[in-house]
Amino acid sequence: MAKISLVNLAHSYLPQPKGPDDFALKELNHDWEDGAAYALLGSSGCGKSTLLNIISGLLVPSQGRILFDGVDVTRAPTAERNIAQVFQFPVVYDTMTVRDNLAFPLRNRGRPESYVAERVTEIARMIGMEHMLDRKARGLTADAKQKISLGRGMVRKDVNALLFDEPLTVIDPHMKWELRTQLKKLHHDFGHTMIYVTHDQTEALTFADKVVVMYDGRVVQIGTPEELFDRPEHTFVGYFIGSPGMNLLPAEVSGRQARIPGGVTTLAGDYRGLSGKVQLGIRPEHLRLTADEGLPVTIRRIEDVGRHRIIRADLGGHDINIIAPEDQAITPEMGRVRLDPLRVNIYADDWRVAAA
Amino acid sequence: MEKTVNHKAWFLVLPVLMLVAFSAVIPLMTVVNYAFQDTFGNNVFFWHGLGWFEDLLHSDRMWNALWRQLAFSGIILAIEIPLGVFVALNMPKRGVWASVVLVLMSLPLLIPWNVVGTIWQIFGRVDIGLLGYALNSLGINYNYTQNPAHAWATVIVMDVWHWTSLVALLAYAGLQSIPDAYYQAARIDQASRWKVFRHIELPKMAGVLMIATLLRFMDSFMIYTEPFVVTGGGPGSATTFLSIDLVKMALGQFDLGPAAAFSLMYFLVILLISWVFYTVMTNLDKRG
Repeated sequence: MAKISLVNLAHSYLPQPKGPDDFALKELNHDWEDGAAYALLGSSGCGKSTLLNIISGLLVPSQGRILFDGVDVTRAPTAERNIAQVFQFPVVYDTMTVRDNLAFPLRNRGRPESYVAERVTEIARMIGMEHMLDRKARGLTADAKQKISLGRGMVRKDVNALLFDEPLTVIDPHMKWELRTQLKKLHHDFGHTMIYVTHDQTEALTFADKVVVMYDGRVVQIGTPEELFDRPEHTFVGYFIGSPGMNLLPAEVSGRQARIPGGVTTLAGDYRGLSGKVQLGIRPEHLRLTADEGLPVTIRRIEDVGRHRIIRADLGGHDINIIAPEDQAITPEMGRVRLDPLRVNIYADDWRVAAA
Repeated sequence: MEKTVNHKAWFLVLPVLMLVAFSAVIPLMTVVNYAFQDTFGNNVFFWHGLGWFEDLLHSDRMWNALWRQLAFSGIILAIEIPLGVFVALNMPKRGVWASVVLVLMSLPLLIPWNVVGTIWQIFGRVDIGLLGYALNSLGINYNYTQNPAHAWATVIVMDVWHWTSLVALLAYAGLQSIPDAYYQAARIDQASRWKVFRHIELPKMAGVLMIATLLRFMDSFMIYTEPFVVTGGGPGSATTFLSIDLVKMALGQFDLGPAAAFSLMYFLVILLISWVFYTVMTNLDKRG
């Protein structure tokens, strides 16, 4: 187990990168605390897997350094870093039995056979495959194979970090939840540093202590699930996290007043000297449909998703989403929306501005 | 939906049937016909029963040719399959060089058989051939027209030169189908180079290698042109393989009866060995 530090790290897949657009991963400084569980969240192609492969040593970065507990490993091969990684699509050794597959990483490191047997039994129980240990891995279903890959990733106790690259993509939904719980338990019991790449916010938010949100090759915010929800530092975090995501409205802000489509609203803080593209962001959960208070809206559609209802509405020519609790009755008189001023965030050029 | 029965459809199949009959079935039946009859000329034939087959089964000439043939196929398989795999493992996986190497590798496959024979026939000659002359200048008394061992070596090296490319290309195709994640996972698992080959590359190549082995076996078992051009089956009958012997018998001596019986047995042997190969290998494949 180790603290992993990234120093001025950047990567381009081109041999001679010219501008910042050529970089798949833009310059980055970050410490992954020893023993923490991180989720690396972002849409496809934002550089998540690139970052992961640099940490595990499958890729050498174009610039910058990686330190494990202060030791420079930037050019060290994967084997020396003692890292476990699980890939998006199942990788199993077809001709081996499930048992041999799980034992493979331990045997390659020359562990005694008694220890190997003990670990394999333990891991098999964890992934629920005790009854098929002696079967050949060939011909198993995709999710059984992925469970083997996960098991192979977890079989070594002394790894510096466990990296997961969207490992649950091919797994059945109910099994997903179960495996994720197992991973959390594993983290709790052994305290490995874990980095979990995903584009699924539920997966990220339920798995991790800290979520690292990436956008366009850049880390835009690192925070607890709560921080990401309440104070998204970047508009991307706002609309990527949440279902539906944050409403972003063009705004003219002066002092404690913001003029948005549909009218003027009061803010909780005082904002001065904003420049560039100014936006007001508020989550659908923090909007309330009323009959007599707030700004006028036109309701377009109401979607009942069970726990609550999502109201698709029009506010001064802009689409907004409002979440109404299940117990709130919606009547035709409700033509107004109230913004909770304490929950409003103001963005200038996509980055959050703090009130003065 | 119920199938409509319409016997007129048979007429549509008829042209193909006729074509196959004229090009394959009738000639084959003629061979079968010869195999059971004898003649003293003037196109008068009489029934000979299994006579030719019995003669052949007791003929040292046929047995010797068969053993030579099996030895030849065995040796070239033992060289070409591992060598082809080795070459494929070392071929560049992408980029310009991958294309260049692919073209270079396929060159020997594009050369007609008799030209391959001629190339090696001249290459090995001690008076004007680069190989023969060079070896003799180095003090090695190489002469494929007089020394049976040299003749065998020449024919085998020629076949390896001609056909290893095929095995390499097939194995290369098998290797190319392995996703990068497998190699990455192996690096994470700290697998040695040998284990990567044994547990990732070899299983993924198993299918194409089976086809390669089968193809090379059948082809080498029927080889005629190249050794005929280089050695003509000599010195003596040292490189007289089955089909060379067959042609000598059928066209050289014009013994149509024995030759027909010979070709039928030859055909059955190939069929039998190929079937055994196929069954064994698909079973291996199933067991994993």
